[in-house]
Amino acid sequence: MPSSLLWAVDIFGRVYTLSTVGQYWELCKDTQLEFKRVSAVKQCCWGIACDHQVYTFVFSGDVPIRYQEETYENQRWNPVGGFCEKLLPSDRWQWSDVSGLKHQQLDSFTLPSPHWEWESDWYVDENIGGEPTEKGGWTYAIDFPSTYTKDKKWNSCVRRRRWIRYRRYKSRDIWAKIVSRDDPDQLPDPFNDISVGGWEITDEPVGRLSVWAVSLQGRLWYRENVCHHNPEGSVWSLITTPGEVVQVSCGPYDLLWATLWEGQAIVREGIDRNNPQGISWSIVESPSPENGIMHVSVGVDVVWCVTKDRKVWFRRGVNSHNPCGTSWIEMIGEMMMVTVGLNNQVWGIGCDDRAIYFRQGVTPSELSGKAWKAIVSGQESDRSQTGSSTSLLSAGCFFTDDIQNQTNAIIQGDADTSSDTELPSVPMNLANTPPMGAAASSSGNGTGNQTAEIRANVTADPLDSDQGEATVALTNNEKANLETHKSTNPGPSAELQWTNIDLKEAQKHPVLSISTFAETSSLSSLGMFSVGAEEQQYGADEHPLWAWVSGGGCLVDLHSPLKWFTVPSGLSSSVQSLSLSMTPAQTAAWRKQIFQQLSERTKRELENFRHYEQAIEQSVWVKTGTLQWWRNWKPHKWMDVRVALEQFTGSDGIRDSILFIYYMYHEEKKYIHVFLNEVTIIVEVLNEAKHSFALYTPERTKQRWPIRLAASTEQEMHDWLSLLNMSCCESRQLQGPPSHHAIWSVTCKGDIFVSEPSPELEAGPQPMPCDQMFWRQVGGHLRLIECNNRGIVWGIGYDHTAWVYTGGYGGGFIQGLANSADNIYTQSDVKCVYIYENQRWNPVTGYSSRGLPTDRYMWSDASGLQECTKINTKPPSPQWSWVSDWYIDFNTSGGTDREGWQYAADFPA
Amino acid sequence: MTDDKDVLRDVWFGRIPACFTLYQDEITEREAEPYYLLLPRISYLTLVTDKVKKHFQKVMRQEEVSEIWFEYEGTPLKWHYPIGLLFDLHASNTALPWSITVHFKNFPEKDLLHCHSKDVIEAHFMACIKEADALKHKSQVINEMQKKDHKQLWMGLQNDKFEQFWAINRKLMEYPPEDSGFRYIPFRIYQATTERPFIQKLFRPIASGGQLHTLGDLIKDVCPSAIAPEDGEQKTQVMIHGIEPMLETPIQWLSEHMSYPDNFLHISIIPRPTD
Repeated sequence: MPSSLLWAVDIFGRVYTLSTVGQYWELCKDTQLEFKRVSAVKQCCWGIACDHQVYTFVFSGDVPIRYQEETYENQRWNPVGGFCEKLLPSDRWQWSDVSGLKHQQLDSFTLPSPHWEWESDWYVDENIGGEPTEKGGWTYAIDFPSTYTKDKKWNSCVRRRRWIRYRRYKSRDIWAKIVSRDDPDQLPDPFNDISVGGWEITDEPVGRLSVWAVSLQGRLWYRENVCHHNPEGSVWSLITTPGEVVQVSCGPYDLLWATLWEGQAIVREGIDRNNPQGISWSIVESPSPENGIMHVSVGVDVVWCVTKDRKVWFRRGVNSHNPCGTSWIEMIGEMMMVTVGLNNQVWGIGCDDRAIYFRQGVTPSELSGKAWKAIVSGQESDRSQTGSSTSLLSAGCFFTDDIQNQTNAIIQGDADTSSDTELPSVPMNLANTPPMGAAASSSGNGTGNQTAEIRANVTADPLDSDQGEATVALTNNEKANLETHKSTNPGPSAELQWTNIDLKEAQKHPVLSISTFAETSSLSSLGMFSVGAEEQQYGADEHPLWAWVSGGGCLVDLHSPLKWFTVPSGLSSSVQSLSLSMTPAQTAAWRKQIFQQLSERTKRELENFRHYEQAIEQSVWVKTGTLQWWRNWKPHKWMDVRVALEQFTGSDGIRDSILFIYYMYHEEKKYIHVFLNEVTIIVEVLNEAKHSFALYTPERTKQRWPIRLAASTEQEMHDWLSLLNMSCCESRQLQGPPSHHAIWSVTCKGDIFVSEPSPELEAGPQPMPCDQMFWRQVGGHLRLIECNNRGIVWGIGYDHTAWVYTGGYGGGFIQGLANSADNIYTQSDVKCVYIYENQRWNPVTGYSSRGLPTDRYMWSDASGLQECTKINTKPPSPQWSWVSDWYIDFNTSGGTDREGWQYAADFPA
Repeated sequence: MTDDKDVLRDVWFGRIPACFTLYQDEITEREAEPYYLLLPRISYLTLVTDKVKKHFQKVMRQEEVSEIWFEYEGTPLKWHYPIGLLFDLHASNTALPWSITVHFKNFPEKDLLHCHSKDVIEAHFMACIKEADALKHKSQVINEMQKKDHKQLWMGLQNDKFEQFWAINRKLMEYPPEDSGFRYIPFRIYQATTERPFIQKLFRPIASGGQLHTLGDLIKDVCPSAIAPEDGEQKTQVMIHGIEPMLETPIQWLSEHMSYPDNFLHISIIPRPTD
């Protein structure tokens, strides 16, 4: 499944994305602006920033967004000068469009917005209708307008040629302001809401988008001509509505709903490819008469709404023919807003905790889903932290006047000092205290006794109290519910300005001081977490408070599990309390107990009996055969064995395989078996005359006794290797090419192996030793390899050639994988093999190959210990072949004479 | 494990390692080796023991072979109870593998039903499902299903195909959104200590006050002797699928997630081992 993104805005206006394959919220690449609203689709995201301007964020992609501008140069023949720029008064302009009706000089073309750049200068198009023309691209005709030919004839009186210039949209991966070139009087008032959709309207051109916006005065606008080649669109058109609009939602197809101030919803009818704006409105009343509709969100054929009492409703019976649906159904949970994404999946922002909830169980047959589940993903920068969580007792938040620098720090008090002494409030300006972040983060990684130092650090920092009244923000509240600060914090300086948090408030009161919380003792059970990274907004226990979420570009595949709901290990979080308000059943003790007992039961009843036969046959014998096995009792020798690879589907649905090796021991039939999900590496053993390979598991690595098997032919060995490797990957659920996070290695023989880090690896207290990781071979042969975390892998071969990894996988002996044949190329490598010819001088014959009996071999390796003749020196493996005959190396270090000899008094011992 | 769906999988893929040995008095031509097998908890003995039968028939004279039956420590095992229930009821807290004695003679007519073919099992299984749906939905769901859906339920069980089974069974586990659960919970409570085969009553998932009934409510209502007095020690274990869910567990949730494929909650009440 290709990954896609969920977009969200927190209460500080920061835009984050969460990938369907990721586990962390990532801050939007372009952080210049704070946003109020975003509306995402797969290829881009539109948003309204705090300046009420509309911005669009177009993802960079492989395909550039280019637009071809063209104009025609026209000439007429006259007897004096031949073809020239002088045209008849009745003629078209010298520079015109294709029809000749519009005057178009080269310099009249300007870039439509600052987000475009010229790709090149103007040039003449020498191709007409796919055929090259001669001499400057001219085409000829008797007169304008007429049929032009590329050949000049006797009666060709006029000619023209086309000039082309490309412009390219450059503002990708950043927020590009939609510059309005409209008449200022007609300009829409500041925008308040935006929604993007409509890209799936039947039969419409690919890349077209419907962009709808609502302005503060309640008017609804449609952005004309938004498409792939024109990501900004052209102008805003006013759409008349039966009332003042507050909010609008546009689905991927032809569904468009908006809400009115009065609390009704209006539904656009007549939207199709010819009429993407639709034709008329129908009104749908609010589900409850006393509480109007506050927010609406539509998908392919569903509508969800939130009424002013924060109740969530699902509209029954909505489809393309009946966009109004039939009736409202009340759903459980209270939300600030909801958003419907691709596949009709739904997200919402919880009313109490401002967490983002994902609606579970939304399927085509059950569009309303089953339950809300809180997304507890941490943020990117949490990853590097390791929390010694329980030792920390309380958390404080600091905000600076620069929102970019907002950071969170943990101030820990010893239980005795903070519980009975009131700390003086210490106003400080974080902008002046960059070391603060560093100090605080070290406290998180270290132990609690560093905290005294940190506190000293804080108080020693230059105070800047004229920045305004110091406010107190020290929270132990698990829900980070800002309302509760006010009621529970008894500190005298606790003048909380927080009940109505928005950007302006945060800027007006940049300085927050610290005071202790009177009841710290009650906090000790709470895991706290320190954060020092600059981009950090929230401690792990204070989950981000969200203001807006958009799932319009987020494709949740029902079959692939999301990693959004588990806290990355190393973080302590109040997940339990987050979801408690929504689905008590999910966190109740009884439920946990059932989960736990079931896994204990499985362990008890299955762990030691997995090798028993299954009563109901599910397994498949994939391959059986005869191999030789290096037997593990003395005297060790190769013995013939029957080998079978059995594949089965485990109780967790994962395909796993067992390799059985049947052997005879004292005339008794016995077997050993290996679960392929335990195999760490399979390596070819290049053995003289034996095509053999070795299979390692962590246990066998420890014993230094792999399972060694040999096949009678190379082909047979490769078949086994390929099958076993594939089965290992399958049982570890590895598919496709190595991920960007893969760890690459080369063996001393030059073979390349890749290991996928498990997600736990990064957070675990101890990284997994490499001999317990699973390594799979990819083709190729290198001496050195380097990779980065963006999936770029380079290597250097033995012949000093640089190689880049193309993303293919397989190769080598794994050649038969149909779906992996792309991007596999032949790699060749050249390795020089050195052998030495040794001679000794004697008075009779001079230098000769007759040495003393104590001398080294007359043909040897560099050390002289191994005999290496030209004939017995073989290429390192069957994959190598000699590319040249033996020749003399004159570049040996130390220098040689003209014949390549080097001299010494004697051979070293 | 975070999803309720995982519970369904765990329930489905529960396995009990068993060691089958031939009853000593059976006459064989040569010595019969014990036979080891992983039995699916949710299936039926006679459905999954073809291999066992074949294994022992090999060593027996053809004329000695009649209908196979199983016994554990003197108790004939009723094939029409799911295997997991038989194990929980008779053999939980004993050492694994579960050692089952195989008989070919002296069929205990008064204890066991005959099972001459798989059709008998299918008929029994479908009858249970129908009875359960009568309790849950006044038979509406099962009656709306087509014959092939019924077949799919059975084939799913027979071939141990979780997806195939649940594709259909899901519908049997639904209830109208305006209700908060089934009409009645299909359950059977078994006690190893009594003669009575099992207890079955009408029991609603929701109390008249609207709160969810729990497993504890059910036991208190149906089998009060199994619940320990306030001060006393819990002397019994309430087991489903080899685990003891907390008595606070809502019975509706249990019915949806921990019913056997026949759609019944088979609950065993057994004496707590004193170790």
